[in-house]
Amino acid sequence: MEGFTPAGLLYLVATFLFILGIKRLSKVRTARSGNQLAAVGMLLAIVVTLVRPEGGIDLDWTTVIAGLLLGGAVGGVMAKRVEMTGMPELVALFNGFGGLASTFVAVTEFWGRFGSATIGSPADAAGDVVLGGGVWAIAIVLSVLIGTVTFTGSLVAMGKLSGKISGNPVILPARHLLTSVLLIGGIAAGVYGTLYCEGNTAVLMVGLLALGAGLFGIISVLPIGGADMPVVVSLLNSYSGLAASMAGFVIGNSLLIVAGALVGAAGLILTTVMCKAMNRSLGNVLVGGFGGDAPAAGGGGADEYTSVKSAGPEESAMILESATSVIIIPGYGMAVAQAQHVVKELGEELERRGCEVRYAIHPVAGRMPGHMNVLLAESDVPYEQLWELERINGDFKTTDVTVIVGANDVVNPEAIENPQSPIAGMPILNAHESGTVLMIKRSLSPGYAGIKNPLFERDNTYMCFGDGKAFLQDVVTELKES
Amino acid sequence: MIFLLMLFVFMLAIAVGNELISKVPPTLHTPLMSGANAISGITIVGALMCAQFAIDDPTTSRILGVIAIALATINVVGGFMVTDRMLAMFSSKKKKKEGK
Repeated sequence: MEGFTPAGLLYLVATFLFILGIKRLSKVRTARSGNQLAAVGMLLAIVVTLVRPEGGIDLDWTTVIAGLLLGGAVGGVMAKRVEMTGMPELVALFNGFGGLASTFVAVTEFWGRFGSATIGSPADAAGDVVLGGGVWAIAIVLSVLIGTVTFTGSLVAMGKLSGKISGNPVILPARHLLTSVLLIGGIAAGVYGTLYCEGNTAVLMVGLLALGAGLFGIISVLPIGGADMPVVVSLLNSYSGLAASMAGFVIGNSLLIVAGALVGAAGLILTTVMCKAMNRSLGNVLVGGFGGDAPAAGGGGADEYTSVKSAGPEESAMILESATSVIIIPGYGMAVAQAQHVVKELGEELERRGCEVRYAIHPVAGRMPGHMNVLLAESDVPYEQLWELERINGDFKTTDVTVIVGANDVVNPEAIENPQSPIAGMPILNAHESGTVLMIKRSLSPGYAGIKNPLFERDNTYMCFGDGKAFLQDVVTELKES
Repeated sequence: MIFLLMLFVFMLAIAVGNELISKVPPTLHTPLMSGANAISGITIVGALMCAQFAIDDPTTSRILGVIAIALATINVVGGFMVTDRMLAMFSSKKKKKEGK
């Protein structure tokens, strides 16, 4: 751990900035400054590490500059280029990189002290390694383990979010046995390698640990359905914090330990919040097998619906024309169709006609918590018009028209009406209680939960088939002309 | 002893993290996650320190070090930038409102 030195004190300042930053990030008004404070804390930590006021170890500047330039350029370009709809994937990817970085910190430290024959033997190294011996070895093992699981798990999550990997749960045979073997085997190799081996053997063992952890991460996330990815990304975010914390134990740096632990705890809280919104336990999510892109066995195909009414843009515009209150429910479909701007246009056009317009946001709509809020903020929908589930649910009864844009499971009345349903008990937006429901959707296919939605064939529901953006564009044009 | 002290620090930081964000409005879930993610890039400090090994071992240690630093930097730079982009959208709207 740091002594009472200038560097140690400046690290303390950085720690304080992180705490303050996270605190401020949790309030709308202060969030941006919170993020900036945390960034300042990070810059301070980096500068102190590079300058090192009290002298200390020399760094290889080629390595430092090459790494910073490469990472800064890649990270900067990715952050600038990403579309708001692609945000969940990007956060998952960054998260994975953070985890892998912690793995590399542990591996580099280990290689530097033990792997290369030119540097010295374990006995020689034990003197200047803060922890030394068994505890240090365990920290290395944990850091590599958590970091690599975070990395491969995040990559699979990203693949599922972007549709590159099927959102369906992929269940491998005997996966629990397989994951146990990989995990235990990997840890055993890692412990053996860090405690009892030297040189190439030690490196090979740590390599085996990384391999086992990597496969474990992949196999653990594959069986989890695409709709549960927000929970997974949030949990992996927590892991990446813990990995940084473990890396802190490896190099004996309390700044890493504290910042990592803060992120670990914060990530876990967010994960719990999301599980609550789906009325499921974290264990239930992680076991997987829930939901998917395609109808599950016995789930709803188009042929299961008998009395579906549909409406085109003209008819929808007519219905909206006479409405005095409208609630818009956005879902993942809005993100896919990039329809947030035209949704806002529709809202404005309706308001211009004296209609009250509100947006109802389900806590797990989209592929990331708060995903809809980010998209609607991008298209400049006033924050005051976004209503949370608890605040708006009583108002559907007195609302003329509810427009659902690409949401499905979060408005499925089965959750309250059928105790046998897989989503029974999940809080939903009570769209079915409003006068008329316009459900904009490409087809009658089920949502991620893979079940039939009886809302489609209610008397007050009109299905509006089509691409969300194109359909709404037509509706807005009709409204403007009338 | 030092290890125990580090463990104390770890436990206390977990407790603080738990208290910090007990109530977060759903609007902020994504930015908070992304901001916290950027903070977990603190492992960059460890990565930079690893550059010490490249002095004596300019091949393997240098390659490992560059990868470690680059990965952590992507996490830090990218993470803070996207979070700021998201949050800027929330606040720019507010300004427009005040202007009206």
